[in-house]
Amino acid sequence: MQFAHDHILSIILFIPVVGMIPLFFISGENKQATRWWGNVVMFVDFLASLPLVFWFSREAPDQQFKFIERHNWIPSIGAQYFLGIDGISFLLIMLTTVLGFLAVLSSWTSIQERVKEYYAMFLLLQAGMLGVFMSLDFFLFYVFWEVMLVPMYFIIGVWGGPRKLYAAIKFFLFTLAGSVLMLLGILTLYFRYHADTGLYTFNVLELMKHTWPLNLQYWVFWAFMVGFAIKVPMFPFHTWLPDAHVEAPTAGSVILAGVLLKMGTYGFIRFSLPLLPQASTNPRIVKVMVVLSIIAIIYGALVSLMQRDMKKLIAYSSVSHLGFCTLGIFALNPHGLQGSVIQQVNHGISTGALFLIVGLIYERRHTREIKELGGLSNVMPVYATLFMIVMLSSIGLPLLNGFIGEFTILQGAYEVSWRWAAWAVAGIVLGAAYMLWLYQRTMFGPCENPKNQVLKDLSFREIMTLVPLVIWAFWIGLYPKPFFNVLDKPVNAIVERLNPDFFKAAQSARAPAMSPPAAPASLEMPSHAAGASH
Amino acid sequence: MWNAFFHRADYLAIKPEVLLTMFGLAVLLFDFLLEKRDKYLNAVLALIGLGFAAVQLGMFWPLLVGQLPYSGFGGTFTLDTFAVLAKLIIVLATAIVVLLSMKYLEIEGAHLGEYYALLLLSAVGMMFLVSGSDLIVLFIALELMALCEYVLTGFLRVNRKSNEAAVKFFLLGAFSSGLLLYGMSLLYGIGGSTKLSIIAQRLAERPSPDPLSWVAMITLLAGIFFKIAAVPFHQWTPDVYEGAPTSITAFISVAPKVASFAFFIRILIAALWPMRAEWQVLTIGVSIATMTLGNLAAITQTNIKRFFGYSTISHVGYLLLGLVAAADGNREGLTAIVIYLLVYAFMNLGAFSVVIVMRRKDLIGDEIDDLAGLMARAPGLAILMLIFLLSLAGIPPTAGFIGKYFIFLSLIETGHYYLAVLAVVYAVVALYYYFRIVVAMFMKKAPDTVPLATGPGVTVALGVAVAMTLLIGIYPQPFIMMAREAVRPFFS
Repeated sequence: MQFAHDHILSIILFIPVVGMIPLFFISGENKQATRWWGNVVMFVDFLASLPLVFWFSREAPDQQFKFIERHNWIPSIGAQYFLGIDGISFLLIMLTTVLGFLAVLSSWTSIQERVKEYYAMFLLLQAGMLGVFMSLDFFLFYVFWEVMLVPMYFIIGVWGGPRKLYAAIKFFLFTLAGSVLMLLGILTLYFRYHADTGLYTFNVLELMKHTWPLNLQYWVFWAFMVGFAIKVPMFPFHTWLPDAHVEAPTAGSVILAGVLLKMGTYGFIRFSLPLLPQASTNPRIVKVMVVLSIIAIIYGALVSLMQRDMKKLIAYSSVSHLGFCTLGIFALNPHGLQGSVIQQVNHGISTGALFLIVGLIYERRHTREIKELGGLSNVMPVYATLFMIVMLSSIGLPLLNGFIGEFTILQGAYEVSWRWAAWAVAGIVLGAAYMLWLYQRTMFGPCENPKNQVLKDLSFREIMTLVPLVIWAFWIGLYPKPFFNVLDKPVNAIVERLNPDFFKAAQSARAPAMSPPAAPASLEMPSHAAGASH
Repeated sequence: MWNAFFHRADYLAIKPEVLLTMFGLAVLLFDFLLEKRDKYLNAVLALIGLGFAAVQLGMFWPLLVGQLPYSGFGGTFTLDTFAVLAKLIIVLATAIVVLLSMKYLEIEGAHLGEYYALLLLSAVGMMFLVSGSDLIVLFIALELMALCEYVLTGFLRVNRKSNEAAVKFFLLGAFSSGLLLYGMSLLYGIGGSTKLSIIAQRLAERPSPDPLSWVAMITLLAGIFFKIAAVPFHQWTPDVYEGAPTSITAFISVAPKVASFAFFIRILIAALWPMRAEWQVLTIGVSIATMTLGNLAAITQTNIKRFFGYSTISHVGYLLLGLVAAADGNREGLTAIVIYLLVYAFMNLGAFSVVIVMRRKDLIGDEIDDLAGLMARAPGLAILMLIFLLSLAGIPPTAGFIGKYFIFLSLIETGHYYLAVLAVVYAVVALYYYFRIVVAMFMKKAPDTVPLATGPGVTVALGVAVAMTLLIGIYPQPFIMMAREAVRPFFS
């Protein structure tokens, strides 16, 4: 047990990799065994990540990073095998293990060709994603960051839709272009640290303690920004996303939206802000980032309104939702950052579930055109109910998760400028518009198309892919306190690094400490969410 | 014993070369004794010779680590860690090529002893090239290497493409040797000696704007740029790569590149160091042109051998960037080149091994479409090719990333940020064209069901190549230490 406790991160990280090996020995003809094995490995990986939930709050309460594992890897260049998590990465890892399992579970019947390769790719992808969230060594981080591109390329390119080759290579090239620029940024820091201290290290914690010259910070900030912004994707870099989402198989979309996009926002929070505090707080840079975020929120929502394809609609809604996340980050205060992380988890839950829902109907009808559907609530009541809950969570209805995230982000943005908040609220209104309209067009009204009248409702397995997400959505919506508690410490540490006087100023201004969401109960805030802060 | 020119240790220092020469000649004699079906024994004999040479080189390594270079034959032959490592790469690459050739030559109907003898003698030329520290030795070694290559390129006597390639290669090669020799003669005029160290001293003493030494440098470098296939002296590459027997294409794309780069580094550091500002400018221009042309031209190729020709050109562009950094006195620049060459040898030979397997009766197998559907018919081979291509594109955790990492690092350290950005942008382009092969292998249907030309030789070659590609990628520590030790003699 002690061994498992000390190496919990490595265990979670390597279960999928080790799980790949037996896959090679299962005959390609035996699809059922392959499916079972793939699902079992992902489920075991999820189970392995569960102890984190129980251990996390008790583990080393005075340390910022917990469950640290550290070994020399390439001493001649100062690269280490260095894993560790804080509250932010903890939440994203849980999101990854849950969504990873559900995504694989959802492909049981939809993938019929080249089954073995499919599961192998998912396992590799899972390891890459987990590694990104766990690494505290820049070199290791970069390796995982790139490793994950290859399986995703294949998932889109082999099992995707009609324009899969185009979408897959576009995804790969965009992301790679960003990440190699990020690599140059990393090398610049690495070299500069050596010039100042005589030590070569990729250790992020050491690099964070260093004071970098201002000019260098700006350059590195932009290099990182391109890498992360393409991944998020922020406004001018988003064009790969609709293609990739539309062409990817359902499970690929779920992972892409649910986890891969979070790597960009995670990168901003974990690396850009604490490593480059002066650049990140520079008013002009903040202005650029916030304006891009607001454009993404409004533009993503407007484009979603115009879509005829359900999947494309949800893809563009991702651009809008991720705009909230980046807005929260660059509010640069505890509310904004906490809201941003919560919203990232929410987006994983809601959009992941939405893609699953689209996938379910696509598997039955082989189309995602909105006008082909309509009145489905008459023939598929369970489906319609689950869709309703997920849709409401996505538009941020109180009692559900989306509300908590968006509200906290707005609060953070409002503390900086009411104008930012006003623009973002416009995005929420538009978000409600396109989602409700989508629901209305597909679920309500008479079911006239004869093809739709014979559709079967969800099977038990299909319900089970959605139920965990729905439960999680309610959990965050009704009782978000544990999530905020986990985030308190890392977020405060980042804010302190960005603006050492922030907490002193805040304390003298208002007596109550910053325990989020600490806003006084406003008119539209329901008692549940407000109660969470007391 | 006789005079200062001859030492017993001198003969020990060239023992690997002597061994390889003797085995090369032995193959020629042995060949007469063999029946047609036993011709593979020639390859076995060649492998034994290469094995002896490799062991001998391995024994040199610990003697030279941390020591001063050994200078033999009156200072014309230098044995240092750099030379030993380069020779080891050359010997290993030659051994892999021998393994690749057995089945291939059988299919081509040209399984002759001369082939292996020429390979070994070419390797001897390369080994002298990396050790030479005197213009005469260097030139003879270079010609030995090149002449063997010309013959090997035209080895398929009945094949018109092979003949055409050999003639082109020979004519352009002779022209470039002329240029090189012209530069060497000018250097001799400037230095009054053929020894690199003395030339360096004389160059340093000359007044600063010095047209004569510029002409000498430019003509010398032009000759070398031809050998390493840098733009604008690259035109022979795609034609020769396409026409030569595939096993020889694999050989030419790796071993002479290693030897020529080692020669290039020694000339630049040991002789032309006083002119580093000048050759740095030249190298920057050439490397930008080389990367641009190599990467952009590779995109549209349909023949896989031409494709790898252009891909080699783009890798040469990256290697030259290491020299740009080295001109600023940056050690990591040279380390980067050594690691990159090591990595490149294995990943490129690996990729060519897969191409060679495609050569089966009635099918040349050198179009990208011939690889279509490889995943469905030979999944193991397709996965290996994927690993080699990822490595060539520089995606971690493969060896190619480590090579590119050091190149980028050295550029950042010396402040060449624009070159670094250009280099990474071309890395993205490179991924695009390498993945055209991946698309063919994994996402297209197989055109035919002719069985693949696998055999024990190719299997071993693939195994070695993939093991090294992954090992250097995942645990590069010992290789980095070796490369650092290899470049130490240049900075002490």
